[in-house]
Amino acid sequence: MSAPILEVSDLTTHFFTRAGVVKAVDGVSFSVGAGEIVGLVGESGSGKSVTGFSLMGLVDPPGRIVSGSVKLDGEELVGLSWDQLRALRGSHIAMVFQDPMATLNPVLTIGTQMRLAISAHDKTSRRAADARAADVLTRVGIPEARSRLGAYPHEFSGGMRQRVAIAIALLHGSQVLVADEPTTALDVSIQAQILTEMRDLAAETGTALVWISHDLATVSTLADRLLVMYAGRIVEQGPVASVLRDPHHPYTAGLLRSLPATAKPGEDLFQIPGTTPSLLDPPPGCPFRPRCEHASELCTADPPLEMSRDRGVRCFHPLREMVSV
Amino acid sequence: MSLPAKSGDASQSPHGFVHVRNVHKHFGPKLTLGDRIAATLGARVETRSVRAVDGVSLDIVRGETLGLVGESGCGKSTLGRMVAGILTPSSGDVAVDGAPVMADGRKIDTRVQMIFQDPFASLDPRMRVGDIIAEGPLAHGLTSKSEQAGYVAGYLERAGLDASLVRRFPHQFSGGQRQRIAIARALAMQPEVLVCDEPVASLDVSIQAQIINLFLALQRDLGLTLIFISHDLSVVRHLSDRVAVMYLGRIVEEGPAEQVYATPAHPYTKGLLASVPRLVLDEADLVTLDAIEGEIPSPLSPPAGCNFNPRCPLAQERCVRDDPELRQVRSGHLAACHFAE
Amino acid sequence: MKDPAIKPLPGGAPKAVSPWRDLWWRFCEDRVALFAFGVVVLLVLMALFAPLISPQNPYDLSGLSLRDARRPPGFVGSGGYTHILGTDAQGRDLLSAILYGLRVSLQIGITAGAVALVIGTSIGIAAAYARGFVEAILMRIVDLQLSFPPILLALVLVALLGQGQAQLVTALVAAQYAYFARTAFGAASAERSKDYVEAAAATPLSARRIVFRHILPNAMPALIVVATVQIAYAIALEATLSFLGLGLPVTEPSLGMLISNGVKYMMSGRTWISVYPGIMLIILIVAINMVGDHLRDILNPRLDK
Repeated sequence: MSAPILEVSDLTTHFFTRAGVVKAVDGVSFSVGAGEIVGLVGESGSGKSVTGFSLMGLVDPPGRIVSGSVKLDGEELVGLSWDQLRALRGSHIAMVFQDPMATLNPVLTIGTQMRLAISAHDKTSRRAADARAADVLTRVGIPEARSRLGAYPHEFSGGMRQRVAIAIALLHGSQVLVADEPTTALDVSIQAQILTEMRDLAAETGTALVWISHDLATVSTLADRLLVMYAGRIVEQGPVASVLRDPHHPYTAGLLRSLPATAKPGEDLFQIPGTTPSLLDPPPGCPFRPRCEHASELCTADPPLEMSRDRGVRCFHPLREMVSV
Repeated sequence: MSLPAKSGDASQSPHGFVHVRNVHKHFGPKLTLGDRIAATLGARVETRSVRAVDGVSLDIVRGETLGLVGESGCGKSTLGRMVAGILTPSSGDVAVDGAPVMADGRKIDTRVQMIFQDPFASLDPRMRVGDIIAEGPLAHGLTSKSEQAGYVAGYLERAGLDASLVRRFPHQFSGGQRQRIAIARALAMQPEVLVCDEPVASLDVSIQAQIINLFLALQRDLGLTLIFISHDLSVVRHLSDRVAVMYLGRIVEEGPAEQVYATPAHPYTKGLLASVPRLVLDEADLVTLDAIEGEIPSPLSPPAGCNFNPRCPLAQERCVRDDPELRQVRSGHLAACHFAE
Repeated sequence: MKDPAIKPLPGGAPKAVSPWRDLWWRFCEDRVALFAFGVVVLLVLMALFAPLISPQNPYDLSGLSLRDARRPPGFVGSGGYTHILGTDAQGRDLLSAILYGLRVSLQIGITAGAVALVIGTSIGIAAAYARGFVEAILMRIVDLQLSFPPILLALVLVALLGQGQAQLVTALVAAQYAYFARTAFGAASAERSKDYVEAAAATPLSARRIVFRHILPNAMPALIVVATVQIAYAIALEATLSFLGLGLPVTEPSLGMLISNGVKYMMSGRTWISVYPGIMLIILIVAINMVGDHLRDILNPRLDK
């Protein structure tokens, strides 16, 4: 893989609430190469969405990035002013949300919104902007794009709306696209269409994709690399198939075993006991410790990230001994 | 997985234990007086009604679990609500053990209970858990004020919750625990049929497994008849004996679960199964999802002939003309397609 | 069934926190609102105990002396005590008059608010539950009335009904119930479409039970906010009517009438006769509105978390 276009190191985002400090993202490091698709998987409260927002500099108070660095093509994003970030957002790094209406304005036509998005960073004629908008819409699979520029968001179906939101994110050929559960609200047949298109798109344009999802299967059909988050940390990472075939972290393994698709119909599923921990002032040590069948005395300390080749795991008792290089 | 039918069931009617006969549910547009005047003056006002459920018949054997799958807007939730007695069918009827579930627009049978998708919405936020569970049984004389505590505790534990939690309020529980409370509430009505509308869709994967296991235990221990509605094909497969696939308000395929999944007869079912992302376990195996083309048509103007013909890879001239009937393609396996075999 | 979930929640709240208590805690977090609430409570207590704390009974005409009339604050009158806020045109101690006036104003405001709440809520919830034809009729009447300025409606009614507390309350209720009906209708319609009401229908529970045990308690917070604001508005409306001479009989002066009584002396420099009752009215209304505003903030579900 080529040099990373996005480099995140030790990213830490906390929310300073009345009840205490919520450590939503607690020292996350990863990098994404051009054209690479990275799947960021976790359950609710794992910090995957906050990680996405942190990359964009979109963390709202009472949350803020406490420390760490996000480098986009070598340029540091953490610490930039709102205006500096806004100049980058949309043109170099863009985000797609679960609800496309978070991006779209219900009272403007798609064409108007796309022209506005284009003129935010480029000065072009209306005609050129329309042509560019139609071109991008076609690329995300909207038929007769040209004639649909005059339509309002409510005239599109949910799947089409999400495509428009993706098209707007792609207007300026962003180097990085962060997608937060973009297909979760869609039907499987529409999801399948979008997944296929996204994969082709990343390959064609070289856009790096950070795909945030709770669904291992969706991510596995799309991503090259998988990052598994638990309680604000990346607990396991590596090439998708390798991680899913041979999970090292007990949490990843438990998650996989609890899927109905991996069990025989009618048989009890494997259950990870307990619930996800509160991120409010968590105790030190491995956050998975109370739910882990392999936990020992060791686990009251913080496990370091152990990397070997392309796999990484944060666990004192990985299910396979890491192969030393 | 086979479930033993309850003993002493000789009196069972020729129909299924749950018998749904040709039900329709049409939602008319809500027209105000102004809309009506505007419409007569020639303004474009939507006067067509949505045929949410358009002629569905089902027979479910006692103790069986029927999975109801389909994409959004296919009518599966509306059908579930008619079986549960929340919605009155526009025509057709629903009976359990030969007795109608509703009469004069009111639910008269407490043997059918329902579990909803969003456990954050389905529990009254201002009631204590104990009262939420006891309310129905008290109103229907299944328990008394003096026995309430023990009654509630039994069902809470049955649903996998600690009985000491009765005085708490719903907001003090996580999503999985709330869904257990909702299950306990339904069980406390001593139902024989449970309609479950996407009960695990809003839960995290690890919590989802716990709730699925709870349903498995309920099937085993209580012999409940379940109607399990879900868009998640793998969850439905895991829990169901039979599966019915819905598209635009109709059942397009119905049959034993393993048969429908292994050898789907309807092109829509095939497409749906091919659209589901699978876990990729091998680098070499680049999964291609064979997505169904196009989008679900508006239920306001369903296509002529077979509903699925605009998206169907097999569609012929005949499919635009004739509406295929749901017919038997194999023993106990039905499909509504001219070309199914 | 061995289920690992049968375990008390780790880290869960140890006690059952009722939504009402939770509301009170959240209310207390805002110092300003808590202060305003304290002011309201203080004013209500002052009004309740007016006969005990006021130096004079302003209704007792035999205790008045015209020699004490229109004296400035700090004047020691024939009664032998200091008139802290001065006296009015009849020689009444102004502080006593204000305390009794506060009593009348609050009494009318709260009565009108409570009656309007009950009537309006019944209409709104009936419309939301019945839907269809009943809803259309009831809510169109309400809408029609909302398009009418309440002050005008109240003026007309008071003119027709005549003076007196009961007549005034009737006029205020007629002018205000529509706001409660609208709010109750909106809140109840929203609650009606929620899953827990469907769950109650699936049990099945009786319509009565669903309305009174589920919909009404959940619509209550929104109604409380409206009630607070409408009580303040009723007080202001009553003051306006009394100021115009259409409200209460002269024998039971409310704050509005006290202001009105003093207006003609404003030009001669005896401003206190109007100004002090006016200040009291402003404090009362602002404090109630601040409580209402904060309640609205904490009850707005979108601002949670």
